[in-house]
Amino acid sequence: MSGFKRHRRSGASVATFTVFEADLLRSLAGQLIELLRNESATASVQRDPLEELLDFTGPTTEPEDPVLARLFPTAYPDDEEAAGDFRRFTESTLRDGKADAAASIIDALEEAGLPSEPEDGIFIDVELDAPAAMTWMRSFTDMRLAIATRLGVEEGDEDYWHSLPDDDPRAQVHDIYDWLGYLQETLIQSVR
Amino acid sequence: MSTSPVELDEPEVDEISKLATPWVTIVWNDPVNLMSYVTFVFQTYFGYAKKKAEKLMMEVHQDGRSVVSTGTREAMERDVQAMHEYGLWATMQKADTP
Repeated sequence: MSGFKRHRRSGASVATFTVFEADLLRSLAGQLIELLRNESATASVQRDPLEELLDFTGPTTEPEDPVLARLFPTAYPDDEEAAGDFRRFTESTLRDGKADAAASIIDALEEAGLPSEPEDGIFIDVELDAPAAMTWMRSFTDMRLAIATRLGVEEGDEDYWHSLPDDDPRAQVHDIYDWLGYLQETLIQSVR
Repeated sequence: MSTSPVELDEPEVDEISKLATPWVTIVWNDPVNLMSYVTFVFQTYFGYAKKKAEKLMMEVHQDGRSVVSTGTREAMERDVQAMHEYGLWATMQKADTP
């Protein structure tokens, strides 16, 4: 595990992943895409059927899934109507943008040689220009927000996660969360 | 040609002063986003100098929230949407509400 570094000559952000790390990233990106497309971006409450038919722009209520609710926060906490309008005009675009970012990670890893069935001994070298680095950062953020919401991560609770036995699946997921944080941190340093 | 389906009222003075009230974008603390990332986003998106970006990030971290931009309602909607794109938890409100 070595994270990202700045390539001195090209200025690109470069990292070398083991095939298993790259496969894990691909799987996380794939799960994120599935989540973003799973709960359809439409209002879940019962509405007037005519209103429903005429509304082809987007959802107006907060997603039920807590991960999606965190990825798409309510913009106007004290104004339900304005919040609904904002969501209608932004959430679909935001969902597409986040899914596209995750898909570009999968594409980059596969272009760098990640096979569909990972076999030991392969290393995956990725090289990101500045816009790609930003896209990866955004997607690492989405993955970390998703994992943290599922785990119930809170401020300053590192000791709790480290106290869990190694075979606790939540400890393993938290290790992945930490690893993504490390990749994120090194990626940010590499573009500064 | 069709007639206008709604009657338009003349805007009142109250409405005009309401339009002039600036709006603010607020970023809230969360336990997930890295301090370096939040600073980087403020620099990249708003074009703030590193010092200002770090100051705003520390406000978010220590006070739980920070006003990161001020402007028209439309401009703040763009900023809030951008913050959501970056995965930051952002809301907007009128500048004078506590």
